[in-house]
Amino acid sequence: MRSNAYTLGFAAIVTLICSVLLASASTFLKERQDTNIELDRKMNILKAFELIDPEKQYTPKEVFSIFDTNLKEAVTDLKGNVIEGKKISNIGDDPNLLALYLSDDAYCIPISGKGLWSTIKGYLAFEKDLNTVKGLTFYSHGETPGLGGEIEKDKFTKVWKGKTILDESGNLVSITIVKGKIKPDTKQIENKVDGISGATLTGKGINIFVMENLKKYQPYFSKQRGTAS
Amino acid sequence: MSLFSKQNIQFVKDPLMDNNPIATQVLGICSALAVTVQLNTAIVMALAVTFVVAFSNVIISLLRNKIPANIRIIVELAIIATLVILVDQILKAFLFDISKQLSVFVGLIITNCIVMGRAEAFALQNKPWPSFLDGIGNGLGYGLILITVAFGRELLGSGSLFGFKVIPEAAYAAGYQNMGLMVLAPGAFILLGLIIWAQRTYSGIVAE
Repeated sequence: MRSNAYTLGFAAIVTLICSVLLASASTFLKERQDTNIELDRKMNILKAFELIDPEKQYTPKEVFSIFDTNLKEAVTDLKGNVIEGKKISNIGDDPNLLALYLSDDAYCIPISGKGLWSTIKGYLAFEKDLNTVKGLTFYSHGETPGLGGEIEKDKFTKVWKGKTILDESGNLVSITIVKGKIKPDTKQIENKVDGISGATLTGKGINIFVMENLKKYQPYFSKQRGTAS
Repeated sequence: MSLFSKQNIQFVKDPLMDNNPIATQVLGICSALAVTVQLNTAIVMALAVTFVVAFSNVIISLLRNKIPANIRIIVELAIIATLVILVDQILKAFLFDISKQLSVFVGLIITNCIVMGRAEAFALQNKPWPSFLDGIGNGLGYGLILITVAFGRELLGSGSLFGFKVIPEAAYAAGYQNMGLMVLAPGAFILLGLIIWAQRTYSGIVAE
């Protein structure tokens, strides 16, 4: 049996060496990792806009150039007024500012909120009418792989395309993930999508936060719909 | 004793077949089920585990006479966890797509029984070089099964290998369908069971 002092000392040294190693690895790799995350985020926005083919491989340069040539960004306040000269990267944590990506004929908003275990982040793109969904992607989550984690798969997101967030009389109803499959005779079928079995709670979380996010954008959307028609 | 003496070679060869960590000891099943839908992820996972077992074995073997017995498990875990986080960080920096697909399973190498098992059962009693070989052997033994399962699952489940379509369009036109079961976890269970059966028949091991 070793002395307590030796044991403590040994533990301290091991911990110190491990932490120095990990801290330096993290510092050296941070920049590369951040570039990857940024690239992945932009890929997801482009995917929501259907500007890239998910089957194909793109170099980082191509992604950034497709992004820059096709998309504009805008920042609005909660009343739906566009704030000129403000960049999305400067929004920070300000809850009164909303980010928005625009292409010639579509809009895309970032959505995020609680799933079952984690904060889910994604992008939701709309057609020009700001009602019909053009595309949906999730790029960051910590849901159970194979269950809630399936939300990032095309199988789940592609059925959102063509669904609408307004009911027949033009009220915001968002899109609801139902439990199991939608029956063909379901009411308001255009506002509902199939759920994932084993991921009912993740789906409930998404239902809640998509609605919350859409409510915030509603003033801006109403204005745009008004000018479009 | 030379570096590649008969006994040392045995340290690598043994876990590949007769004493395979998955097929014989049935360790590390959880990640074997999760990352074997595609060959790419299976290979990266196999390399990651091999790296971690080999180096945790070496480090623990180097420290084997210094580690206080009463905190030995904690020290082993700290070393293993450090290596795993390093691997995870490197994957995030250089193989982002694969790291995204592997998601939590890289982090879960920490709890892979093979790593801890080799540290406890081998590295604590043996010199660094044999420990390193034992780590490589066990990592590759794990990887071999992973890649075999992934080969079957990707081929039957998605009709592709390494992401390239290998089943010709004509076959689909003639009514061939991908086996959806293979994409799901039960597909891995079935393949794994068949592999364990074949391996045990071959090596003549009978579990009590």
